[in-house]
Amino acid sequence: MKNHFQGILMGAVVVGLSGFAGIASSAEMTYKAGDRSSGYTYATKETQGIQDDDIANPAYVYVDDGEALWSKVDGKAGKSCASCHAVDSAMLSDVGTRYPVYNAKLGKLQSLEQKINQEREEKMVAKPYKWESGSMLAMTIYMRNQSKGKPMNVSIDGPVIPFFEAGKKFYDQKRGQLDMSCANCHVDNAGNRIRANLLTEGQSNGFPTYRLKWQKPGSIHRRFRGCNKQVRATPYGYGSDEYVNLELYVAWRGRGLSVETPAVRN
Amino acid sequence: MGDRILAVWALGVVLSLGFSTNATAAEKLMKFMVKDGAIAKSLTGKPGDATKGRKLAISRKQGNCLACHKMPIPEQPFHGEVGPELNGVAGRLSEGQIRAMIVNPKMANPNTIMPAFYRNEGFTRVLKKFKGKAMLSASQVEDLVAYTMTLK
Ligand code: HEC
Ligand code: HEC
Repeated sequence: MKNHFQGILMGAVVVGLSGFAGIASSAEMTYKAGDRSSGYTYATKETQGIQDDDIANPAYVYVDDGEALWSKVDGKAGKSCASCHAVDSAMLSDVGTRYPVYNAKLGKLQSLEQKINQEREEKMVAKPYKWESGSMLAMTIYMRNQSKGKPMNVSIDGPVIPFFEAGKKFYDQKRGQLDMSCANCHVDNAGNRIRANLLTEGQSNGFPTYRLKWQKPGSIHRRFRGCNKQVRATPYGYGSDEYVNLELYVAWRGRGLSVETPAVRN
Repeated sequence: MGDRILAVWALGVVLSLGFSTNATAAEKLMKFMVKDGAIAKSLTGKPGDATKGRKLAISRKQGNCLACHKMPIPEQPFHGEVGPELNGVAGRLSEGQIRAMIVNPKMANPNTIMPAFYRNEGFTRVLKKFKGKAMLSASQVEDLVAYTMTLK
């Protein structure tokens, strides 16, 4: 098995300017909101350039694939997403800012991936997508891309409170043989280099994000697993309650930052 | 998922063949005494090797002190900015304090990001492969103490 501590340190060489003011190529993007900064502001000019250019951004093919899947009939009910939701629906324009959300029937949070699969199983009578599959990435990238430029805006009120608290607790808990919490790296040391890697605030506003190191876009849960493993901690499963709660907390940390999906990072 | 099942299965085989000495049970650490924030005596009873210690400080697999500290190791391009610069630390701290810092910096500051290099329990969800193990051996800790003591 790969040595994960080594993993962080051998990762792609990041030579960015910390705290770069963020002169956006498209004027509507908010890369800084209050004391919060997107990973974009820590990225090199080169990486920013790839993200800014829809043609150069290798994840844009997923936007197109997702758009095609949106109106593709699948499953025993003979329906597509488009059978029930207009492509210009209000739902689609802000869904990328709001998830995870509380689902009263389940009595817990639901991530966008889980919502998509619920719709597939219940409304379309179709097979659920696997978490990190091309189809799931295409659908989530397409959907979040419809909210690009809008501020991250998860609800943390009412029934969400205990799940938010659980996410915060996870974030502050030291883990693994290296005994580090998310906060140790992404709050206490944002802007500092850990060997060759420049630590950012670990914001989620660009997910699913295209990572140059992965040569592929990945979900936020894939990133959580990577960050857990690099401190030699056992990761949780894709779609686990722990990660969905954590996802909510991380999304709240980035409130007000523009959705950037699909972002490009090292 | 498949990986995990395979790993459990493989471990079972190892255990049943009696090969596994350290995969599950905590490895024994050398005994040491902490007094006034310092561990005065060498963990091995012997002095460490500063040349080996310097190599460990660079090694991404083992000590990797450079991940967080700037050190007088000019041939290495990337030095971390997470901890204080270590050049001069031997003038600030005693050998026993440096040893305690490497063994377990959480004794001095429970919230520090610096890992404990000679501790094998009390962690949350350690990957199976590292369970019950310390990051470094006693003699590696001593090599690092010897090297750090050269940073006057
Ligand atoms: C040992 C340090 C370390 C720890 C601990 C750590 N991370 Fe990270 N994380 C990194 C590095 C290095 C990167 C890549 C550079 C960056 O974006 O900070 C990263 C990236 C991320 C990103 C992607 C940011 C972006 O803009 O694409 C997210 C999200 C993230 N981490 C969340 C977490 C969470 C949640 C935890 C705890 C479960 C965690 N991290 C623990 C080192 C760490
Ligand atoms: C993940 C980060 C990290 C790593 C890896 C790390 N350190 Fe540290 N170290 C720190 C921080 C942060 C401090 C500041 C003290 C504190 O946080 O309580 C520190 C403090 C120290 C001090 C005391 C410095 C002073 O001026 O008081 C020594 C000595 C030291 N480290 C040695 C080492 C050695 C040797 C290694 C490798 C075996 C190492 N460190 C690895 C983060 C790290």
